Amino acid sequence: MSLKIHHLLGLEGVSAADIRLILDTAVSFKEILARKIPKVPTLRGTTVVNLFYEPSTRTRLSFELAEKRLSADTVNFTTSGSSVAKGESLKDTVWNIEAMKIDIIVIRHSASGAPHYLASCCKSTVINAGDGAHEHPTQGLLDMFTIKEKYGKLEDLKIVIVGDIKHSRVARSNIWGLLTMGAKVAVCGPPTLLPVEMEKFGVKVYDDLDEALRGADIVNVLRLQKERQKGGLLPSLREYSRYYGITRDRLDLLNENFTIMHPGPMNRGVEISSEVAEGPYSVILPQVTNGVAVRMAVLYLLSGGKGKVDEE
Amino acid sequence: MAKNMTVRVISDKSISLALNRIAYEIIEKNKGIENVVIIGIRTGGAVLAERLKKLLDGICDADVPLGIIDITLYRDDIQDKLDQPVIQKTEILFDLSDKVVILVDDVLYTGRTVRAALDAIIDFGRPRAIQLAILADRGHRELPIRADYIGKEIPTSRSERVEVHLKEIDGKDEVIIDRSGRGGV
Repeated sequence: MSLKIHHLLGLEGVSAADIRLILDTAVSFKEILARKIPKVPTLRGTTVVNLFYEPSTRTRLSFELAEKRLSADTVNFTTSGSSVAKGESLKDTVWNIEAMKIDIIVIRHSASGAPHYLASCCKSTVINAGDGAHEHPTQGLLDMFTIKEKYGKLEDLKIVIVGDIKHSRVARSNIWGLLTMGAKVAVCGPPTLLPVEMEKFGVKVYDDLDEALRGADIVNVLRLQKERQKGGLLPSLREYSRYYGITRDRLDLLNENFTIMHPGPMNRGVEISSEVAEGPYSVILPQVTNGVAVRMAVLYLLSGGKGKVDEE
Repeated sequence: MAKNMTVRVISDKSISLALNRIAYEIIEKNKGIENVVIIGIRTGGAVLAERLKKLLDGICDADVPLGIIDITLYRDDIQDKLDQPVIQKTEILFDLSDKVVILVDDVLYTGRTVRAALDAIIDFGRPRAIQLAILADRGHRELPIRADYIGKEIPTSRSERVEVHLKEIDGKDEVIIDRSGRGGV
């Protein structure tokens, strides 16, 4: 068994079999994280570069931990204080890093498609850790893992993604992955933050939150990306919070045994109230734990070699 | 080549007799089964470990802790393979400190699987001792590893393949040698 994909650039076009294999493998890795020594020697001799052109705490730490738990060697690269500030292009930066013998590149970049470009011009395995407003595949995978862990399945569950769909790579990866796995996906947000012709993804589109929440199992609350709201897309944060914030009284519209998710970092009191974020139905912290296990599974499955295995 | 390429070297009866004998040997060597825990290596070893546990439980009227270990992530050839093997769960739900671990596998060949299992076990704690129980020892060791309890020694050549069939997985109990030259376990 192995993945059909050689890079993880996005969840669009990734088969259900591949997603299932990653999620199943992650179950075993989660068990390793609970051990006394939560580390295995599997990727000894493999070098991973974490190339972060955009700020990140959770994802970068999560990748780095996943790499270390698998005994890979890791190098971190952030743009501040690097030659990027001197005007070096992405391709030149990566060719130079590659010349130092590395195997896997984990990249976050503000330009959509940067990982795809990289995969086309370098020999290493590329893992997308978020590219612009395009995709964040490991977040999509860890969200699916977290849902599957609680419900035992993904098929036929109703998931509503609420918030700034337009700028959200988390939303896109969730939509592609969940639809492939047979879940029912709806998106909800102010019309200025919903891309046009969103229906063509195969999702239901709502601008009324109460309507969207009715009968749903899972709400994935997106972060309102304040840094991307300069174009007058929202009248005010207060208004956004009133119409699209997830608060305690809105939860009654959901199905029994519902779940609240958030990819972080949260703006408490804007898209989600503190009470909801900390409720017993919230899996926001388990999502973070599962992130490490899922990223370990991705690193392991993508690092297959070229030879043949001894059969003992 | 119309000749029969597979030979049965251990019958179902011999398997249960061998396991019975191993169970008594474990009790004898450890002067009882206090502090003894059993860990089977997936997949064949796990089945045999479960049978050994039942035997020991029956003989000593006890409840011997049973664990299962998947050694895939500890293999020394994992970087060289075409396909990444599917990882199954390791289940060791008890503390190994100061315990005597009986490590169980179906076939002992190069010793590399056992080497990986030893590393994995030590990541779970520091047992007082680790003893190795094997159903079929086919020789050709590549590492300095030997078994403490052996069901049967089977002289083989490297080109032959030893297959252990167990009721729980294959519907019947037997050990066969395949001489068609495919090699392997």
